[in-house]
Amino acid sequence: MTDNKDILVEFDHFGFKYNAQQKPTLSDISLSVKRGEKVLIAGPSGCGKSTMVHCINGLIPFSYKGEMTGSLKISGKESRDLDLFTISKTVGTVLQDTDAQFVGMTVAEDIAFALENSCVIREEMKERVLRIAGTVNVQDHLHHAPGELSGGQKQRVSVAGVMVDDVEVLLFDEPLANLDPATGREAIELIDKLQEETGAAVIIVEHRLEDVLWRHVDRVVLMNEGRIISNTDADTLLCSKLLSETGIREPLYVQALKYAGVFLAPEKKPSDPALPGLDEKDKEMVRRWFENSGDDSPSGRKHPLLEVRDLCFSYEKRNRRALDGISAAIYEGSMTAIVGTNGAGKSTFSKVICGFETASSGEMIFEGIDLKSLSMKERAEHIGYVMQDPNHMISQTMIYDEVAFGLRNRGVPEDEVQSRVEDALKICGLYRMRNWPVSALSYGQKKRVTIASILVLRPKMLILDEPTAGQDYRHYTDIMEFLVKLRDQGITIVMITHDMHLMIEYADRAIVFSNGRIIADDDPARIITDAGIIKTASLRETSLYLLAKKCGINDGTAFVKRFIACEKEYRR
Amino acid sequence: MTNLFNYIERPSPIHRLTGATKLVCMLLWSFAAMVTYDTRFLALLSIAGAALFLVGNIRTKDVSFMLGFTIVFLFFNNILIYVFSPMHGTGIYGSCTYLTSWHGRYAPTVEQLFYQLNYILKYSATIPVILLFVCTTNPSEFAASLNRIGISYRISYSVSLALRYIPDVQQQYYEISKASQARGVEMSKKASLLKRLKAASNILIPLILSSMGRIETIANAMELRGFGKHKKRTWYMARKFRISDYASMAVSLLLFITALVLNHINNGRFYNPFLNH
Repeated sequence: MTDNKDILVEFDHFGFKYNAQQKPTLSDISLSVKRGEKVLIAGPSGCGKSTMVHCINGLIPFSYKGEMTGSLKISGKESRDLDLFTISKTVGTVLQDTDAQFVGMTVAEDIAFALENSCVIREEMKERVLRIAGTVNVQDHLHHAPGELSGGQKQRVSVAGVMVDDVEVLLFDEPLANLDPATGREAIELIDKLQEETGAAVIIVEHRLEDVLWRHVDRVVLMNEGRIISNTDADTLLCSKLLSETGIREPLYVQALKYAGVFLAPEKKPSDPALPGLDEKDKEMVRRWFENSGDDSPSGRKHPLLEVRDLCFSYEKRNRRALDGISAAIYEGSMTAIVGTNGAGKSTFSKVICGFETASSGEMIFEGIDLKSLSMKERAEHIGYVMQDPNHMISQTMIYDEVAFGLRNRGVPEDEVQSRVEDALKICGLYRMRNWPVSALSYGQKKRVTIASILVLRPKMLILDEPTAGQDYRHYTDIMEFLVKLRDQGITIVMITHDMHLMIEYADRAIVFSNGRIIADDDPARIITDAGIIKTASLRETSLYLLAKKCGINDGTAFVKRFIACEKEYRR
Repeated sequence: MTNLFNYIERPSPIHRLTGATKLVCMLLWSFAAMVTYDTRFLALLSIAGAALFLVGNIRTKDVSFMLGFTIVFLFFNNILIYVFSPMHGTGIYGSCTYLTSWHGRYAPTVEQLFYQLNYILKYSATIPVILLFVCTTNPSEFAASLNRIGISYRISYSVSLALRYIPDVQQQYYEISKASQARGVEMSKKASLLKRLKAASNILIPLILSSMGRIETIANAMELRGFGKHKKRTWYMARKFRISDYASMAVSLLLFITALVLNHINNGRFYNPFLNH
């Protein structure tokens, strides 16, 4: 029996409707979180999980207005009777956008922010900041500005900034969204450690289930369309079909086990990636599934579309070379992933190719043409660049005009503009929306508009910066399947990404950047199973590899390939 | 990337003063230079200002851009004054001493040249302390010092927050502009100024829209950490006033009072050496 005092967050038949909306965003939510518990809230985009975050931290009803039904108690008190500041003493929120959360000029000031607002005297502040900084391991960076920190460090500062108030509930809103794979794993480990040390309740809102399950969670709350559809332990959930039904990606090893026909039961503890409950019979099934597959190694290399030799580049005022002797080739009709940590040089590489920055030395040959002789505008007719955030690219109000923009700037006659725009819109599945305003579109559709507005210039190659960042599994699949379609029509695709799943599932080749150099250029399945590369490039080994080892399969790379082939078949 | 606040970290007695002290001194000093046209006093301030540069361990090289900009501005300003109002000095000083035998409207007079010398001195008395303030005040301390001289902390903090996010927005603008240039927007000098302005506004729209969304997120983040809870707040970077702080402020106040006294003695803002002639 738990004491009532230990229940920190308690929803009881709770519902919420924003003033601006017709239908309630949350309905009939009943959920309680106790001290010392670790709960994961998962669900596809638009399921209401961000609204849940706002309810728990008090932004609803104090900043976002709407209609509340039922009851929500924070530390035993009805939330609507409290105020935002009182709630923030109990619930500490770490936002998804750590750049926006970082409001101080330096690390120390940012950690001290909440203390400053509570009028804590300076001597006490100094001492508490120093102590918390040590807990999250940023004590050596106290006087650094946010720009001097890595993504992972910024997040640790954010965590310190809310912990400094001795909160009882730590609420993480999509903590993995902006982190590279290895840093994401460290974040999950840190959250685990902090909970052990403080005994706080931890609520993580995230759709990347596999990454969160790297450490034990007590419960997974699955949401869909504003309701809680399951509230149980991770093992039970993984054995059910609910995840695939709501469009949440199952961990890869669980998927592989299901393909192999292994019967999963909660007693086998499938939520633990080390799979302690797997018996000999199960392992035998996995081995048989693996061996039964035909070898479908891809055809030999085609002819290179872009060749780069000894490319060097450094930003002004910085001594270190951002690109240091890069040599690589991009093959026609391929789908290449460029991976590596933040600052490894992958974005710089694409900017130099597109002419946004000028290389200090080296050659870039595109179909026999020296790119250096072409201006940025001329290069865009060969190589299109799609920015990560479509909102940054769109400047026209109507879809048609947005797509026509690049052609009109080039003085192409209007009848040709029309036929080319219509072609591009058809390829992108936007033809019937051609006369709509851009603002009526969803994020994914906007992404397509930006791709159409680049395709209209008829480039042979597209470079996409993080094409699926921030998308849930369903939207991720939509965007990626669309890119596959483009590739099948002969457009060479280059993707800059952090996403290991994307790389192994879709890329036929991966180029790994580290410190301005290329450290690997190979089949993704081989890269993801190479411990040395994984470590230097801050990638993460896939759980499939662990499963292969567990089942006594030595050739991890082939196992990963087998899985991908199976996935592709399954999708069709 | 050039930041608005060009703080240079180099230990010196001026760096050791608190931000609030420097702000108060800079304001008093500038007021003193503004209220009077007393040549002797302005010359003294100019020399003292240059000396403070040495004390603050700031080199001309560090501020060359701002200094160059001021000199060019001052140069044209003086030419324009002469073009539009060549007899301004004679009007002020009540006498007219021609330097040439020609006595036309644009003939140089000692009074006009003296007036313009004073005008230049005003600049040379103010600019060094402003530059010094900018170079020796840690941006982190800036908000705290504004708050200390009585400006509400909400406003003070938004000023420092703007400083914090300027580099981010600059970076974004740069990237968006490159992407739109690739789509054929001409932003180089080949296009007319009007076209370039239009192209820039096309970039600004998405930038402003995305910044608005960001401001909401930042405001939420701040409120969630208790910003605005109390009427007052403390500052991590605030420092206690020391003797040197009080002394500096006293000296600055004295300068300001001197300026007022001089105005009284001179019977107006101008020191008139032509009276005895």
